[in-house]
Amino acid sequence: MASRRTVVPFGPQHPVLPEPIHLDLVIEDEKVIEAIPSIGYVHRGLEKLVETKDYKNYVYIAERICGICSFIHSLGYCQGIENIMDIEVPERAHYLRTIWSEYSRMHSHLLWMGLFADAMGFENLFMNCWRVREQVLDVMEETTGGRVIQGSCKVGGVRKDISAAKLKEISAGLDKTKAEVEEINHVFFDDSTVIHRTRGIGYLSKDDAYKFGAVGPTGRGCGVAIDARETGYAVYPELDFKPVVETAGDCYSRCMVRAKEVIQSADLIQQAIEKIPDGDIEVKVKGNPDGEYFSRVEQPRGECIHYLKGNGKRFLVRERVRTPTLTNIPPLVKMLAGCEMADVPVIVLTIDPCIGCAER
Amino acid sequence: MTIEEQLIKEITVDSLLDEVKSRSDDGYRLVQIGCTRIEDAFEINYSFEKDYRFENLRVTIGEDVTMPSISDIYWGSFIYENEMHDLYGIGVEGMNIDFNGYLFKTSIPHPFREPPQVSVKKVPKKKKTDEEKKEDGGEE
Repeated sequence: MASRRTVVPFGPQHPVLPEPIHLDLVIEDEKVIEAIPSIGYVHRGLEKLVETKDYKNYVYIAERICGICSFIHSLGYCQGIENIMDIEVPERAHYLRTIWSEYSRMHSHLLWMGLFADAMGFENLFMNCWRVREQVLDVMEETTGGRVIQGSCKVGGVRKDISAAKLKEISAGLDKTKAEVEEINHVFFDDSTVIHRTRGIGYLSKDDAYKFGAVGPTGRGCGVAIDARETGYAVYPELDFKPVVETAGDCYSRCMVRAKEVIQSADLIQQAIEKIPDGDIEVKVKGNPDGEYFSRVEQPRGECIHYLKGNGKRFLVRERVRTPTLTNIPPLVKMLAGCEMADVPVIVLTIDPCIGCAER
Repeated sequence: MTIEEQLIKEITVDSLLDEVKSRSDDGYRLVQIGCTRIEDAFEINYSFEKDYRFENLRVTIGEDVTMPSISDIYWGSFIYENEMHDLYGIGVEGMNIDFNGYLFKTSIPHPFREPPQVSVKKVPKKKKTDEEKKEDGGEE
């Protein structure tokens, strides 16, 4: 006798989801046959505000699209305007932007690692991840004045500089942070609880990940070596950088990518500190943008695009933000097909869904 | 810093599926589909990438044109096509997953459809200080 199919609603309110996303799970016994996603519960229409806000001031809104990858949103926006207007940003500003971008990545990944551990019921690991994350947020606060919303990026450069003494202190502090992250990573990689809940779960092949548009650690955990930092923005071409790639395509693999990227980000910051030149941190911006540009940046969750179009006036015609979560939803649907009902929360978390970004 | 080369190719609605298919056959991934309101028309950009080569197909359509879905070629495109429908009210025919206007739960239907209605209060120009004038090289 064929099993009866049932539709189980998952979300928009669920203990593992800090933000609202809904999935209709079509299940047969305990197996998920199909997952139909639904978002849009808190869509804010921020893109439309570009039509009534001065393009220089809109950076404050761009930064508030998300409370986690905030700095990189402001960077993506500013970079787009600068490319349209041929503004040459001082080298030091590019270095500072890179440093803050990588700190953002560290804080986002450590946040995710904590939430992921919490979803598996591993409370101690959760608290350790967030304890280390505090060190990262402290540096953000000391250097910009803000823990999650920095307000330090502007069209033409950055608003704040970091003194040589502070840079030295940051670099030394990162050695300590790296050692603590290594300890945490050891638990993520080798602990039997984590392995049992993640290895072989939520599998997505490399071909499917590429075909369905997976980006960031979701794609790199399946062997798709795509990272917008390789397109050459900021000062990544000056640094020794290669994307972290894992090939197993399961939850464990995606978790490994993020855990390794925290160490890699700390390395990139230290490299940038070694190479940062003296000089100005901003240039004066005159005129209005006339043209268009697809500004691509790598957020903690993957490639993000700010498409900007101006017509020579102070208000832009269009800003379209394609966030990584939006493009990682179709791959998530594929990952869920065929999984066990009990694994759904863990699988959903491994794309690190950021609904704040998706509902910009 | 390197500025990325970005290609934009203008095409018609009729040639969209063939152009998209040829990119799929060449191994490009679909990066995004985005829409822009321009006066009495819509500009739709289909972005693709392969080995960091970033290409766009641009279709400009009138207000009542229905677009063909590319979800038979790129399965994941349903998310962008539903977005285009929900925010701009552009009809898309043949989507593999059609939310019938309920992907984004907006308080008004198709909030991005209307062209920008800009009415900004004029702020009187601030008189420049001597220092600012000096910085601008005497420019007013």
